[in-house]
Amino acid sequence: MVKNKKSFFVGSPYYIWMIIFIVVPMLMVAYYSFTDIDGNFTLENIKNLSEYADTFVLSIFLGAVATLICLIIAYPLAFMISRSKASTQKMMIMLVMLPMWMNLLLRTYSWMTIIEDTGIINSLLSKIGIGPFHMINTAGAVVLGMVYNFLPYMILPLYSAMTKIDKNVLEAAEDLGANMFQRVFKVIFPLSVPGVVSGITMVFVPSVSTFYISQKLGGTGYTLIGDVIDTQFLNSGRNMGATLSLVLMVLILLCMLLMNQFASNEEEAMLV
Amino acid sequence: MRGISKAYMVLVMVFLYAPIAVLIFFSFNAGNSTSVFTGFSLQWYKELFQDEETLSALYNTLVVALLSSGISTVLGTAAAVGINKLNKWMKNVVMNITNLPMMNPDIVTGISMMLLFVFAGSILGSDDVLGFGTLLIAHITFNLPYVILSVLPKLRQLDSHLVEAAEDLGCPANKTFFKVVLPNIMSGVITGFMMAFTLSIDDFVISYFVSGPSFQTLPLRIYSMTKRVVRPSINALSTLIFVSILVLLIVINVLQAKDEKKAERRRRAAK
Repeated sequence: MVKNKKSFFVGSPYYIWMIIFIVVPMLMVAYYSFTDIDGNFTLENIKNLSEYADTFVLSIFLGAVATLICLIIAYPLAFMISRSKASTQKMMIMLVMLPMWMNLLLRTYSWMTIIEDTGIINSLLSKIGIGPFHMINTAGAVVLGMVYNFLPYMILPLYSAMTKIDKNVLEAAEDLGANMFQRVFKVIFPLSVPGVVSGITMVFVPSVSTFYISQKLGGTGYTLIGDVIDTQFLNSGRNMGATLSLVLMVLILLCMLLMNQFASNEEEAMLV
Repeated sequence: MRGISKAYMVLVMVFLYAPIAVLIFFSFNAGNSTSVFTGFSLQWYKELFQDEETLSALYNTLVVALLSSGISTVLGTAAAVGINKLNKWMKNVVMNITNLPMMNPDIVTGISMMLLFVFAGSILGSDDVLGFGTLLIAHITFNLPYVILSVLPKLRQLDSHLVEAAEDLGCPANKTFFKVVLPNIMSGVITGFMMAFTLSIDDFVISYFVSGPSFQTLPLRIYSMTKRVVRPSINALSTLIFVSILVLLIVINVLQAKDEKKAERRRRAAK
């Protein structure tokens, strides 16, 4: 008993920190959502949410498209890396991680200089007499920014799930006459589901909630939920901003719960 | 098949590195355009090194990163030791709360902390609470889960008989921790510290909401630089950041390879 007390004591500074700086701030978001600027209880913010329905739909749609594209690009890549020599694997994973350490703002800014109306692509094209093409401030540009910035977050979990797939299992499938498609869909994919699930959440969450990428690459036409929250707080619309954050948080936690449910069902199915 | 897979890997790498190459290339531009190259020059590097706001932002970033990762490493390691001993139910509760800042979008974490600080400020009757202190608290908070999650598995792997043996031999609890437990979980502690440090240096979204106008870190400085008409000095900054990351990675890799070789030699000598 004495021993347990002591170890509780060791952790207690963190428990206090956790309550003050994780739990209480969450309650603060809820508190500001249900009050007006003078601190009186109100449901006005919740009622006003319908004004932002389109923004939510657009954010979720663009985030989902970006996540899907990341999955399509990353899946074969992760598989190829996981099947190459140990030294190549190490090298490739380094190369995938390196851009992640460049600040997101700089990576996004770089795309801005590339696809602007007077940007690098258009100035190169004009030399051979084509263009100019309008690329920036489109939905495609926003999705491009999301895919580029968050692609490594998809590749890494997929890769780590795939390195765990035993080579013998693939050989056994081949020996037993499974063709390439059967091997991909009946063996590799089911075994890589945990990686797919964590990859999807790691790309979808920052994509849906981004505000810098959409500001820089989407202009004023593609305002996402993150931009709205940002402007609410800049213009002292603190309570509405808190409400939107609350909804965003609940939406994302629900998505993750659903994904995890799906993943554990899949694992159980594998055991049967 | 092999050829296709190699070509595909190269293609994705080109996609990942082309924008970085572009940034570096135009940092040497003589003109002030970030898309039309007019000649070689180092003027943007010169401008960058004379820009005091950027230099002080860099200094602030390093101070906050070192302090926050140091504090969160100590606090997080102690927390992991405590959490490891909790019963299953309590452990579940604590870990679910610990995971919250990692699962929540950064913007929500940032806003929730800002609301807390502003609320606390309004109780204390102060209008500008946001600054170095709140930024440091926020960084410690989002670093903590990563430290805890990298230390906990090491504690679970630790043979509990070792600790019991030390206690049976009359070793006081403090000494047992520093002489027996800590050396065995050190790799997890170091990983946690490094993750915390890099996360802190890189963070923009949370810092944006909790730092206020008086205190600027490098990502916040970059944000305000890209808000106005951009000058290639930001390309020069990107180049310097990229080169320092690259050098750091290479150094870490070389050191690791050396360690592995040493371990290999020792293993052979033991045989």
